[in-house]
Amino acid sequence: MVTATLETRTAAIDRARAAAARVTDPEMPMLTLVDLGVLREVTIEDGRVVMTITPTYSGCPAMATMRDDLQRELQDAGFPDAEVRVSLSPAWTSDWITEEGRKALKGAGISPPGQAPTRQGPVALTLMPTRRAVVCTLCGSENVRLSSEFGPTACKAMYQCLDCLEPFEHVKEI
Amino acid sequence: MTNEPNIHVGHDEAGTNVEHGDHDNAYSGLLVNDAHWAFGTDFEDPLAGVDTTVPEGVDPKELAAYCLMLGDDALIFSQRISEWCSNAPDLEEDIALANISLDLLGQARLLLARAAAADPALVPELPEGSPVPDEDRLAYFREDLEFRNVRLAEVPDGDFAEAAAKILIYSTWRLAIFERLTSSRDSVLAAIADKGVKEMSYHRDFAGRWVLTLARGTAESKTRLLTALNGLWPLWAELFETHPIEASVAAAGIGIDPAEVADEAGVIIDQVFAAAGIDRPERGALAGVRGQKGRDGLHTEALSKMLADMQVVARQHPEGQW
Repeated sequence: MVTATLETRTAAIDRARAAAARVTDPEMPMLTLVDLGVLREVTIEDGRVVMTITPTYSGCPAMATMRDDLQRELQDAGFPDAEVRVSLSPAWTSDWITEEGRKALKGAGISPPGQAPTRQGPVALTLMPTRRAVVCTLCGSENVRLSSEFGPTACKAMYQCLDCLEPFEHVKEI
Repeated sequence: MTNEPNIHVGHDEAGTNVEHGDHDNAYSGLLVNDAHWAFGTDFEDPLAGVDTTVPEGVDPKELAAYCLMLGDDALIFSQRISEWCSNAPDLEEDIALANISLDLLGQARLLLARAAAADPALVPELPEGSPVPDEDRLAYFREDLEFRNVRLAEVPDGDFAEAAAKILIYSTWRLAIFERLTSSRDSVLAAIADKGVKEMSYHRDFAGRWVLTLARGTAESKTRLLTALNGLWPLWAELFETHPIEASVAAAGIGIDPAEVADEAGVIIDQVFAAAGIDRPERGALAGVRGQKGRDGLHTEALSKMLADMQVVARQHPEGQW
């Protein structure tokens, strides 16, 4: 295709990746697709850019929007025939959120996820509140309370700081 | 522009780049294609780019029938839980229930799309040119007798104790099945299950904690919980009955025979009950009609009423436009 003849393959991939890095999560606009770890692969097949993304949660309503936005950014970047593919396996994990992404979350007052639990054997039943090393995003206190394991978006839990009383969100380990 | 509100935002609620100042109303630009509004903002295939080849030695019709069963469980239970939206006792629980419903809806969408990809003949026909995607056709354009969900999924909502008890039972059963389904020979089902396990672990813990809280709370909360469990228990046994399709897909290495998980699910439920200081209700199983139950398409009246509510808009606009 045009792009392949005008620039090297690597340059085209870099430019496509840069376009993807301009697409943000509509529900957490401080994060890009790259920060979230949703963008899995950028390749060129038969002269067309092919991007592979992995959904965060099965029912996350932001995914469709991110996909549309990605297609649009790629078009604007000169890849009108780019293809966006979905990859379901391996499943997305919060461990894929990049260092940059974690900084951006903190900067926006959202507590970034700790390490996702690794599982061997059956999923354990946990009848006590989940223990996490969460600190208040405002004052840094460790004296925090889990107010709900579910939050305003599929990926977050809600906490409150018991020292400064700040309520804040925490991206769940998954 | 001086007399008009001049609002410029990067993204609207649907995430589409818009500049409101250039449009006649606040809703234009919200959708990629206004004509398709009835069925959501876009028509992307949730399995776009996913290899949906049916594994060798598997009857595509049986794989599809099995995905339909699992998809209907998730869809119908999701719809029930979603009825709690704005009705829960407090905001946190309202949000939790909405999140659980949303996770299940996402699972339903993938499972129904998988069913349609394996056996396109399952998908109801609509007028030529209708943009309604396959998974929505399956959700909105089938009759009650065509649904294959277990009857637990369709039980009308009771009080909050009933919601906690129902989610505990459903997710305990379902998690045990999905944990095994992660090694399905069908890579699509395996991936859906892998994702589902992570999500439903949260659902089961949420419900288990509430069952504990209500059991150890006041006399009133305990009574309500016991009443709810008593009402739901007749549907427990059905969860572990093997339908011929389930036996067949289990033998083919793509599905799970639910009878296999009965012991494990029972142990988990008993753990919760022991921690809560309550006993399993002593209730027999709810009979089917001439032996036929949810997996055979025979349901309680509650499903028909729910579908009437859930499907009415889609059925009035089969071409997805108004």
